[in-house]
Amino acid sequence: MLRTTAAVIAGKAARAATRLRGGGGSAFPGLVAERVDPRLLAHALADVRDGIVVVTGTNGKTTTTRMLVALLRAHGKAVLTNPTGSNFTRGVISSMLKDLPLSGRARADFAVLELDEAHALRFTEVVTPTHALLLNIARDQLDRFAEIDHTARLLEKLAAQATAGVVLNIDDPYVARSRECVQPQVEVRYFGLHESTAHRLPEILETDVRFDEDYHPPQPGPGTGLLQPRDEREFDVLFQDGEDVGPVMLRQRGLAAMINATAATTTARMLLGDAFDPSTARSALAALQPPFGRGEVVDIHGQPLELVLVKNPAGFTVALSTYGSSPVATMIAINDEHADGRDISWLYDVSFESLRERGVSMTSGVRAYDMALRLSYDDVAVARIEPSLTTALDAFLAAHPDEPKRLFCTYTAMMALRRTLAARYDLPEFGEEGEDG
Amino acid sequence: MADALFDAVPATSKGTIRLVHLYPKEMSIYGDLGNTRCLQKRIEWHGYTAEVIRHAPGNPFPEAGHLFIGGGGQDSGQARVVADLERNADTLRSLAAAGTPMLMICGMYQLFGNAFVTVEGKALPGLGILDVTTQGGAKRMIGPVVLDTVVGKVVGYENHSGATTLAAGQEPFGRVVRGYGNNGEDGTEGARTGNVIGSYLHGPILPANPALADLLIGLAAARATGRPFEPETIADAVADEARNRQVRRLLGSAG
Ligand SMILES: [Zn+2]
Repeated sequence: MLRTTAAVIAGKAARAATRLRGGGGSAFPGLVAERVDPRLLAHALADVRDGIVVVTGTNGKTTTTRMLVALLRAHGKAVLTNPTGSNFTRGVISSMLKDLPLSGRARADFAVLELDEAHALRFTEVVTPTHALLLNIARDQLDRFAEIDHTARLLEKLAAQATAGVVLNIDDPYVARSRECVQPQVEVRYFGLHESTAHRLPEILETDVRFDEDYHPPQPGPGTGLLQPRDEREFDVLFQDGEDVGPVMLRQRGLAAMINATAATTTARMLLGDAFDPSTARSALAALQPPFGRGEVVDIHGQPLELVLVKNPAGFTVALSTYGSSPVATMIAINDEHADGRDISWLYDVSFESLRERGVSMTSGVRAYDMALRLSYDDVAVARIEPSLTTALDAFLAAHPDEPKRLFCTYTAMMALRRTLAARYDLPEFGEEGEDG
Repeated sequence: MADALFDAVPATSKGTIRLVHLYPKEMSIYGDLGNTRCLQKRIEWHGYTAEVIRHAPGNPFPEAGHLFIGGGGQDSGQARVVADLERNADTLRSLAAAGTPMLMICGMYQLFGNAFVTVEGKALPGLGILDVTTQGGAKRMIGPVVLDTVVGKVVGYENHSGATTLAAGQEPFGRVVRGYGNNGEDGTEGARTGNVIGSYLHGPILPANPALADLLIGLAAARATGRPFEPETIADAVADEARNRQVRRLLGSAG
């Protein structure tokens, strides 16, 4: 007990110190606290009454976690979460330190934690989750995880750990198969696309994972949430065993955001039971601001500049199909640091044909020339190549003063460009968001 | 309909080159599809017609192909193609012996060797077209690569845990300037026998190294038409700049 209190004090002190130096969203305070008490996280979550929920998958973790948290809070629940997107246990601790009492035991109804596949298992060595929400598996950061097969096994292990409930993507064969690993007393629910929209599945899933045998999805069962879009921003989530949720109007566009909302709604319904209220859910989702880099819109002299984070083929393909219907001036910035994915091969698994008509105004980043080369093989004209991000941004903005603009970028390019934009256009500080898509 | 006909056979085509991608579904990860896209485009840019055949396990083997390429895969993908490779082993061996150009990346490079020896010591036989043996291991060789090859400096990205050893007399594809290569020890990368090249380089290898793409296309064009390759001049300034920047960055010099 004393050790836990000492850890909280040390962590809070470290947090105050890093904030003085202007370092928001750092995992350092958590590291300090965890050093003093390695069991701190388990202690901190010991009194969380209604559930510890882990959200994982390749794409959409940040968005879905925020949606689920918003849904639970709108229903009056106290929710702990890791908005910094820091995937290590120390990152989770860092994000909790502000509100953690000296006893080290958080007072909350739910903890909803976004964790990547590998870190989710490390987390479960310390804390047993009651629920797991498994979104999807796509090729991402393969230099870290090596193989989709391997990632699928990580998710299966996670599904096996949950003690109360698991929510699975019924359309993703790799995710859906983890139902076989769930403990017998644990409830399994699914989310997915309604059959009227099934033809759009390739936009949000890796399709080439389906080899010669056809995928037979599991029986949906009651509690399954199915997405039925009305257009690119408005949709309904259909439930067989209760009231549908909708129409919902999101502030983000695209099928990916809508399927994330479907996953969050299905999970919130499972967690809240009879307390779940469809109209509360509708307004909570409608009020939510898109997270950093997921369609964030910056106003530049009266014209919108959309910032879109891209990090893997599925994500880039989704982003292009989301925005492809309205071609605008486009810049693409590709770096190859660890957080971007060091191997840029994946750019060849994305089709850029939707950019052909309008062309690309600028490619930038360390791999600016590689990006331009990639576009040339899809017959997409590139007006200018400028590796320096700041120079490229200024030239891009100057070349298109009177029209909407869009900027696709990998993680570290996004961070750098967002910093430049913040300095030039007096934008709010950022750093409270994670690197997940 | 008329348009489609004109597209298929341009009036000025110097001939049709049949490009066979072996197992694109099962064995193409890390952008290996980019090699097919690159070859197809460049064949057209050189004034030939490209006919792309995507060979799947169980389909009749396209033995009339002029150029064969294959990529890397996951264990599950590899398992799906082994029986089909075995069934067509003799055809592939005689095509290789007859000088058909082939480029096999990563997993398919390993399958074109003599054997893959698992961590448990079990030897899984390969096609034996390249005189190499791969030992499965725990050490993963990942990172950017620069090679010296017959077509000059080649850049790419490797990601493999198998360590490949060349038999005595087997030529490598290139010498490692930066990266691990076949095994991280002897400075060799890939293997080349006649017109068959095996390599670990993703990236994908061909768009960033167009000289290698044109070498393969030239060999295929000669086989397809019975005449020497008649290349067009292709503007490769962007590819050259992309490659040279990688070389400078990785070697940390003005080289
Ligand atoms: Zn590989």
